[in-house]
Amino acid sequence: MSASDRIERMRARLHQALRPTVMDVVDESHLHAGHVGAQSGRGHYRLHIVSRQFEGLLPLARHRAVYEALGEMMQTDIHALSIQALTPEETQPR
Amino acid sequence: MDVMERIKQTIEGNRIVIFMKGTPQFPQCGFSMRASQALAACGVEFAHVDVLADPDVRQNLPRFSNWPTFPQVFINGELVGGCDIVMEMYQSGELQRLAQAAANA
Repeated sequence: MSASDRIERMRARLHQALRPTVMDVVDESHLHAGHVGAQSGRGHYRLHIVSRQFEGLLPLARHRAVYEALGEMMQTDIHALSIQALTPEETQPR
Repeated sequence: MDVMERIKQTIEGNRIVIFMKGTPQFPQCGFSMRASQALAACGVEFAHVDVLADPDVRQNLPRFSNWPTFPQVFINGELVGGCDIVMEMYQSGELQRLAQAAANA
């Protein structure tokens, strides 16, 4: 399975569960090549996601919603995931 | 002792505890390093558990806390978050307030 397939599966699951208006998934696995956590073959990713569904949720609950959407991919494909989860209003300049 | 019971006692027995890869002195992962440094910068004492040295805890804490990755920071028995949330809270000053309130309670 290629790295881009994996990102496509992540995007599909997040899209399905959270209906984001903005979603960027960046593969940062190369930054961690060779360290202990990289030996499993699972990747390191950075996610920027904007969704109305985060409205009224604290950061902890937003991150849990992301983890829940990704489901078993957190065990099988993803070693580390850095998350920035915002509502559409929070992305507006103040 | 059952591992779930051991996790529960660790979380309840320490006002502030971080479950991390490695130790604050010798972190084995950049995310664990950043979170433990943020706690240290709050000027409070905190406990740590090296999950690389305790495979049972590494395996079972995610089920206990409903949180799949490490590090995990608990204050007053509650999951505060992983690296991203702890760093956001540190930058806003909220982590310092929460940690100092817990340490001085």
